Amino acid sequence: MTKILAVDDSSSMRQMVSFTLKSAGFDVDDAPDGQQALKLAQSNQYDVVISDVNMPVMDGITLVKNLRQMGNYKFTPILMLTTESAGDKKMEGKQAGATGWIVKPFNPDQLVATVNKVLG
Amino acid sequence: MSIDLSQFHQVFFEESFDGLEVMEQNLLGLDPKQYDPEVVNTIFRAAHSIKGGSATFHFSSVAEFTHILETLLDQMRNGQREVSAHLVDLLLQSVDCLRQMLTRLQDNQPVDRREYAELEAKLENEIGGEQTASAKVAEANVDENIDENIEEQQDMAWFIEFIPERQILQTGNEPLRMFRELALLGEVLVVANTDELPNVAEMDETLCYSSWRIAVLADVEESAIREVFEWVSDECELVVKRESEAKVRARLASHDSTASQPTLDGQAATSSEEEVADESAEPIEDSTPTQDLTLPNQKDVQGTATSNKAAPVATSGSSIRVSIDKVDSLINLVGELVITQSMLGQMGEDFNIKKLERLREGLIQLEQNTRELQESVMQIRMLPISFIFNRFPRMIRDLSSRLSKKVELEIIGETTELDKTVMEQIGDPLVHLVRNSLDHGIEAPEVRRANGKPEQGKVSLNAFHQGGNIVIEIIDDGAGINTEKVQAKAIERGLISETAELADEDIHQLIFEPGFSTAEQISDVSGRGVGMDVVKKNIQSLGGTVEVRSEQGEGSTFTIRLPLTLAILDGQLIRVGSQIYVVPLTSIVESIQIKSNEVVSLAGNFDVYKLREDHVPILRLYETFSVKADFTDYSETVLVVVEVGGKKIGFMVDELLAQQQVVIKSLETNFIAVEGISGATILGDGKVALILDITGMLKRLNYQKSSKKGLAA
Repeated sequence: MTKILAVDDSSSMRQMVSFTLKSAGFDVDDAPDGQQALKLAQSNQYDVVISDVNMPVMDGITLVKNLRQMGNYKFTPILMLTTESAGDKKMEGKQAGATGWIVKPFNPDQLVATVNKVLG
Repeated sequence: MSIDLSQFHQVFFEESFDGLEVMEQNLLGLDPKQYDPEVVNTIFRAAHSIKGGSATFHFSSVAEFTHILETLLDQMRNGQREVSAHLVDLLLQSVDCLRQMLTRLQDNQPVDRREYAELEAKLENEIGGEQTASAKVAEANVDENIDENIEEQQDMAWFIEFIPERQILQTGNEPLRMFRELALLGEVLVVANTDELPNVAEMDETLCYSSWRIAVLADVEESAIREVFEWVSDECELVVKRESEAKVRARLASHDSTASQPTLDGQAATSSEEEVADESAEPIEDSTPTQDLTLPNQKDVQGTATSNKAAPVATSGSSIRVSIDKVDSLINLVGELVITQSMLGQMGEDFNIKKLERLREGLIQLEQNTRELQESVMQIRMLPISFIFNRFPRMIRDLSSRLSKKVELEIIGETTELDKTVMEQIGDPLVHLVRNSLDHGIEAPEVRRANGKPEQGKVSLNAFHQGGNIVIEIIDDGAGINTEKVQAKAIERGLISETAELADEDIHQLIFEPGFSTAEQISDVSGRGVGMDVVKKNIQSLGGTVEVRSEQGEGSTFTIRLPLTLAILDGQLIRVGSQIYVVPLTSIVESIQIKSNEVVSLAGNFDVYKLREDHVPILRLYETFSVKADFTDYSETVLVVVEVGGKKIGFMVDELLAQQQVVIKSLETNFIAVEGISGATILGDGKVALILDITGMLKRLNYQKSSKKGLAA
């Protein structure tokens, strides 16, 4: 089963993302910040990582940089959750090694469609 | 797939309120002169989360408002904007505004944005006009124009030349997946250029050496094509051209790559190309005829999902957040209980008298487990008092500027824990006391200076545990209570007699009497003399006490003592005949043996005992509860004098028993509500004892009085 790691400091967003992806048949773990996500990523292999940008402790950009340095996350699709106002954040995320982004607000269907886009 | 988003609303509201709290706290700590950038960042993050959530859950009013707020905060964060006191004020107002919006949404009430228009305008003004909004509109227009300018022709198709940078794979982007996306738009033909491919020995498998020429045989919008390459637009050279289908096919077949003249460098242009379409395009061609599949379908679903919005919003039951530690300790204790139980169970299988000692040990262990479990469960209801204390920094800030006073707030012991129900009810009295300290206690800066005090006054909130109580102190270094003035006022109001000789301390307590207010001018801050008595009554109704200590010119200290929880009560057990009742210990003034000749009978069956200055009406509990008492003569009984709200009443009882903590069981849930009884408890021997509610008993007495009068007349 496809394993996805969802990272967001907002628990409602986290729950929504997890629930949506689980409903779509994915196996989902979640984490409230980059550091905890990194820990999970070290002990599990995820097929996709979806992360918020602004988070306490470790932000999404730093998370991506760290993930890309890990051998088994070199090519893993990593999607950033961003808001349209943060245009430069998209590029910053890309430079850090993110695969792409999902613009907030998004609805559950867009989320699943985007994840499917990077799978396979 | 349709997912009901309303199930996440409650969590969203909770975290948004938390976020607002964080914003408020950090805004209050934001010193314009020198501040930690991380503080601004924290504020930004909180606003950002609220914005993201509200947009996702379709609370557009909140989303739009926070968007403006976020833009402003982003400017602050990036150092484009100076932090000023004015800005902080504006942001604090915004926090209030959002809190109101969210409360309304949570209660399923509509939010009228016009109400917030003024504040929004102020924020927009701060940002500098509607730059952002107009820019967005312009952007959208550009897109439309492009689309309109495309000439209408038959059989149009798209030619794409895609030359990725070599490290493209390292961001997790995979060209094959993009072609699959393209295939969703229409029939796709792909030709790969593998000239750059080194031989296997030199090849680095993390790099992408190929480039592609692609034909999309469908007349879709350019934005749809661009969207597929959106994530890699900065990592590739991309040419997208709309041409007739024939032309596109020709381009694909030809070796000439003129289509890419503006971007291709010499190296790529001179490279010869081979058609390897069969190999590299294989996976794509499998999925080519899927044009009418997933995408349009998904759009339909989207439509229904949003029109489903009228679905019931999650109800907001009272909930409590418990730290994981507490839950863990609970699980741990239950585990131990299970072990003890199974040990005792095993012993019961073949019990003989030799095992008596072990049985006793087991029972002691069981008792210990149960007690610890009870304590642990109680802990769950306990929250740190910071929940209330946190609202004071803001209040002090607002109040002191309104009163033109300089006040510093000190908070001590904010982690002290308190039962949630007590917490909810102590908030208002505390607010009142703090206001009072600011209004009446702390002097104006000039006065303070004249008296040789620092201009800035200080109010401290201190919470700590003492025995089974929580003590909250409100300490100010203000003027203190003017003893003479209070005394004069009390005499004027008829609260004390002119000749009464009272210690200063006793005089100070008079401020809690109904109808007492010494403010020379009634201000809008402390209200109109309906205050301290209400504060006292509220605290008493929680089973607590409040008192004041004051030193003129030095300041005052208000001390509130509260039981840690409302679920347990310190009670005095009393016996009337065969029945046992519980009287709240805090309400008992004294218990005395009286003589029949000290009792005065009024109006028939209504008796009063003269206790020093007071006349205490006597309630014969055996009559009230229709039980058979051992004694009906005053000289043989005990009179338990209790007090509530300044009124005393004496209970006639047969015997005083032990004092003990009792667990309150609601009478209402298990039976019906009875006036004069606040609940029941189960005693050690399994008997049920009723807990007397003093206020209710007083009402009963008054009813008894009036009905007796009615009879007499």
